[in-house]
Amino acid sequence: MWATPAKLQAKGIIGMNRRNIRYIGRYNDRRLYPLVDDKLQTKLLAKRYGITTPDLIGTVTTQFGVKHVAEMVEAYPGFVIKPAKGSGGKGILVVERQQDGGYIKPSGTRIERQDLERHVSNILSGLYSLGGSPDVALIESLIAFDEVFAAYTYEGVPDIRVIVFRGYPVMAMMRLSTAASDGKANLHQGAVGVGLDITTGTALRGVQFNRPRDDHPDTGHGLASLQVPGWDALLHLAASCYEMTGLGYLGTDMVLDRHHGPMLLELNARPGLAIQMANGEGLRRRLDLIEKQPEPRSVEARVAFAQQHFARQGELAATA
Amino acid sequence: MSRVPFYVLVGTLLAIGIVLTAFRYFHYDVPFTPGEQRQVWEVEAQINFDADNGPVRVDLALPANQPGFRLLTENTASSGYGLSYLREDNARHAQWAIRQANGPQQLYYSAQFLVTDGEEAFLAEPPPLQRDIAWARPYDTAAREVIDQAHARSADAFTFTRELIKAFTDQRQGENARLLLSQYERPVLLTRLLNQADVHARIVSGLTLEDGRRRQALTSWLQVFENDKWVLINPRTGEQGKPENLLLWEAKGNAVLEVQGGSDSRVSFSMLRHNEPASVAVRNQFADDTLLNFSIHSLPIEEQALFKTILLIPIGALVVVLLRVLVGLETSGTFMPVLIALAFIQTTLLTGLVGFLLVVAVGLVIRSYLSRLNLLLVARVSAVIITVIAIISVFSVMAYRFGLNAGLTITFFPMIILSWTIERMSILWEEEGPKEVLKQGFGSLLTAVLAYLAMNNPWVRHITFNFLGVQLILMAVILLLGNYTGYRLLELRRFQPLAKDD
Repeated sequence: MWATPAKLQAKGIIGMNRRNIRYIGRYNDRRLYPLVDDKLQTKLLAKRYGITTPDLIGTVTTQFGVKHVAEMVEAYPGFVIKPAKGSGGKGILVVERQQDGGYIKPSGTRIERQDLERHVSNILSGLYSLGGSPDVALIESLIAFDEVFAAYTYEGVPDIRVIVFRGYPVMAMMRLSTAASDGKANLHQGAVGVGLDITTGTALRGVQFNRPRDDHPDTGHGLASLQVPGWDALLHLAASCYEMTGLGYLGTDMVLDRHHGPMLLELNARPGLAIQMANGEGLRRRLDLIEKQPEPRSVEARVAFAQQHFARQGELAATA
Repeated sequence: MSRVPFYVLVGTLLAIGIVLTAFRYFHYDVPFTPGEQRQVWEVEAQINFDADNGPVRVDLALPANQPGFRLLTENTASSGYGLSYLREDNARHAQWAIRQANGPQQLYYSAQFLVTDGEEAFLAEPPPLQRDIAWARPYDTAAREVIDQAHARSADAFTFTRELIKAFTDQRQGENARLLLSQYERPVLLTRLLNQADVHARIVSGLTLEDGRRRQALTSWLQVFENDKWVLINPRTGEQGKPENLLLWEAKGNAVLEVQGGSDSRVSFSMLRHNEPASVAVRNQFADDTLLNFSIHSLPIEEQALFKTILLIPIGALVVVLLRVLVGLETSGTFMPVLIALAFIQTTLLTGLVGFLLVVAVGLVIRSYLSRLNLLLVARVSAVIITVIAIISVFSVMAYRFGLNAGLTITFFPMIILSWTIERMSILWEEEGPKEVLKQGFGSLLTAVLAYLAMNNPWVRHITFNFLGVQLILMAVILLLGNYTGYRLLELRRFQPLAKDD
């Protein structure tokens, strides 16, 4: 039931306190936080650096503008509304399609126009933002996620989280939403976390509710066959976020779009530690190795370094 | 990035905190436990005189803090007299005055003294030597002879004084001594002789404390100085040193009682010993105006009571820091549990818990309806605040009707904080489900209960209120905890699957 601190230490597991002081506190300049805490800023910045992000349909900045939300999304079958300063996936509303003036969520639930407006109004009031400060609502077009993942997910969009430390991609995982997680990709709510090999992008290990898992609980599809296509491009995208933001310890959340390839969903200056669970490995050894590397290196060199040093064999049973 | 300044800061805070605490403990004798008993002497001085049908002014020398005794409180009773406390040359005295008085008069002064175990002698300024001591014809030779004799048998001022006193004690009384005693009172005579021999000395008045004694008089003692030191010598026996039960009433060599406009004046003392809890004794202490005695006790009683609560908040904060940094407990709102714990102090734990759960539960139900009205956030939270007030009012009235007076204390809950808690819990419910609400609610309540237990502990209350230095120590501890990079207790469980050997 309980592990001893010495054992966790030996496995190189990083705890919250260590993450906060040793990595976030040391490598993430607070000045730079708004770049990632405000998704609108991240988006504009990404555009400057040539990094693809989901299309922006529009923004709502005033309570007055709330009434025009329906008009804004009229032309789009599916869309996503999110608070610019939200955290932990809070306040994100996904609409898959529109039907007779109503909006259908991925779960099939129908919401009305006034629900939509209330949601936007709540976002503007700062209900989901850090510290409750007034916020802006972003409306983005729905991601057409790559068909290769269709068998690995339930309702939601599977996203890929890569921890980038001083520009080096150090650890990666894919989060698959399940019925238990209500279509959300949060591991503590029951999403399946799949550790990914940094070298190849293949699945290493799956966990749900902290327990190993070889298949997706809803689709029954084996996780061993999961491999992210275009893995190198995705790693380059993740690694280049370091130059873009200047943040030394960064969580990059990406999705694979059917048409546009890897896309940056959002950045996180305080990425969680669940990635260690999904990989069955502590971050400590990898971070220590990166800390010993000299500073300026190109994106390519960093990705190559990570792929060379962090290669691993999968632990999954090959079920079909 | 050097951590040296950080550790210097922590070290400085710790050092100052410990020094302040030790100073309070050793110098002001504030005990570390609230239950400790302290001896307190209640001394009453009664002044009697006959007024001469005119204006009267009475001066009574007052005792000051001294090794072994600390003045706690003082009171006077004197009908019709104006009273003022005066301070001259570091000596305090009370002055009563009245325009018209006739016949026997009685004035009272009473004081409480805390018995302390101060051993060290306090500094006293030696009195100037009286140079112009004149002796009448036969006495001058007698005095010179007595002095010469004692001088030959002694080494310093103290031994000289003892020899001098010996010369006047009964058996060995010589002719010279008898002659001098026939003219002068013993203590006066001794100071004259000492002064003539270039020894700084004066007569001070002391009160020998014995439980239950009444109508006691002050006794005279010789205070003899040499260099920076002084000793008290009993002029009757030559014994050196202050008896433990001797309270110096007047230590400047001045008169104890002066009455103008009256005759036949005398002062007598009665005394009583009793034990008091140390905390009470501490509370009664006079606040000196020195910076080192920077104490909450120098504030008016009402503000003191306020500070008693304020000074507990760092303890609550420490509990929160411990639970979050070392345990990893999740709470709804970082310091909300501390405020709830403060409310528990007023309501008592059980009533508080029941009240809190009732208010939050009913609030959540009403809030779920408000969420359907599609309101702006600030308006909605304001509506929740009014709802919370309504719930609290209804519960109070109901509790009163059912004869549950404890229910009335529910009003001590911080309503705005409760409203935000309800709002946050409600959002949490919508977004993450009831499980997360229960988890955070349980974390918050557990933190609140632990903070309450810590803050309501009599020992903790005593320490935080009486030792301000502890606040600095708390600060240093919290700073150190902010530097902790180890695992949290709950992480040992969370990461347990990773620790398994492959």
